[in-house]
Amino acid sequence: MTDRLDKMAQRVSDLGLALIQGIAFIGHAARLIAQSFHLLFRGPAIGQPIRLRHVVQEIIAAGIQSLPVVILMASTIGVMLSIQGIHSLRIFGAETQVSFGLALSIPREFAPLITGIIVAGRSGSQLASRVGSMRLNGEIDALTVMGISPIRFIVAPALFGLLISLPILVAVATVASLTAGQLYIEATIGIASQAFWADVLSVVTLVDLAHCFGKAVLFAFLIALIGIVMGLGVSGGAEVLGRATTSSVVTCIGAIIAADTAVALLL
Amino acid sequence: MTPNPITVSNLMGGYNGTPVIHGCNMRIASGEIVVIMGGSGSGKSTFLRHLIGLKEPMQGDVELFGESLYGASELDRLKLLKRIGVAFQSGALLSSLSVAENVALPLIEHSDLDRQTIDVIVRMKLDFVGLLGKEDLLPSELSGGMLKRVAVARAIALDPKLTFMDEPSAGLDPVVAAALDELIIKLRDSLGMSVVVVTHELESAFKIADRIVVLDRGYIIFSGTVAEIKASTNQRIQNLINRIAEEEEFDPEAHLRRLVGEA
Repeated sequence: MTDRLDKMAQRVSDLGLALIQGIAFIGHAARLIAQSFHLLFRGPAIGQPIRLRHVVQEIIAAGIQSLPVVILMASTIGVMLSIQGIHSLRIFGAETQVSFGLALSIPREFAPLITGIIVAGRSGSQLASRVGSMRLNGEIDALTVMGISPIRFIVAPALFGLLISLPILVAVATVASLTAGQLYIEATIGIASQAFWADVLSVVTLVDLAHCFGKAVLFAFLIALIGIVMGLGVSGGAEVLGRATTSSVVTCIGAIIAADTAVALLL
Repeated sequence: MTPNPITVSNLMGGYNGTPVIHGCNMRIASGEIVVIMGGSGSGKSTFLRHLIGLKEPMQGDVELFGESLYGASELDRLKLLKRIGVAFQSGALLSSLSVAENVALPLIEHSDLDRQTIDVIVRMKLDFVGLLGKEDLLPSELSGGMLKRVAVARAIALDPKLTFMDEPSAGLDPVVAAALDELIIKLRDSLGMSVVVVTHELESAFKIADRIVVLDRGYIIFSGTVAEIKASTNQRIQNLINRIAEEEEFDPEAHLRRLVGEA
């Protein structure tokens, strides 16, 4: 009896601890966002300007270097969706309608999701390991005592770099995915390019584009903040750093899928 | 009257509500080299973190140049910290930047100087620490002594009036350690800088210190010149400066409890 009570108490305690840690995580992330935007507007006046070159470096790391893999993955998804679409619609003799399926699902759903997952795998882990190793080496303390806000030097450039590059990557992924799909459809069922793009443009609405780019912005916040907060939480040694890096990827991808589902259900 | 570079008033600090530093008071005058000494676990590192704005005290305050460090907002504190230099024990150089970029960082971030002038200042600072010609190396390509010297060059890049150095000679061979000691004296003599050095290297402390402050179990138990510390009759200070191991009072029962994991 006592054992069962002990176990129950332990579970309640673990649950409470996880809840408190979750709230602390959200609070920390919210504070980082607020401070980053504060420094974006007030930084130059108070001697803490966010440097454009740091943001550009982040855009290159998160955006340009991710471009080949994003195009490749998005194209593959476009072809796969076309194969599945034709296969399913053939049952009803409606395979010529496959372009509408692609137009409704790629910009709204697949392009932001696949891009978010790829960038989470690259940039989320890279951010966590970079910030974590800076913490372990005392580099963040060194910045602070030099009077350089670590928020404006590390956090804000990473956040704004992702906020700029992720929507662009999503736009590229959308075009790459639809183009790959179109090429496959033209090759297999002979729908001409002009007809395909006319179908796409006739069904894609501004709401779909708002979903597409809104999700890109949401995922950029999630990837940047999860990577940074997990990196800042590193203390101890290399093993903790490795764990934080792995955990940041899993958490980023989980958060992206959860946020994507929430958006799909609510909007 | 010019305020002291640093004034510590009734400072109490620690971790998770447990005090490690107890009611410490200290003043450092302009152009003074003060060495903070103490054995392992005496609270030196914690004390230093309080002095350089990295750890909010539980009580008391630290004033830099007459301005409260912990009474200020986070951004005002950063502004105040621009006026000091800190050389960390490990160097804490930014690993992604070269030696020259590390030394140039405070100049780029806090001055309006053009790139050419910054490059000249960086070379002057590296020359000052004997590392001219190593500008393009990365921190991973440097030896322990070189890392510490680059850290010193970065700390003095903006010619601060107050510099902190954490264990500058620890782990270095005697020749490099002696060169760093000379460097600290040169900073005071040529630039009129106040320097706070945290160390437990006795030889180095006696060579460079204008004043030695001894921390013991979180309390400042001594503050005076090298001659005064050598003449001190305090047993713990004598043990520290003569490297005498302290015998703890042995309680067999408590020891046994610790061995079986009950205490």
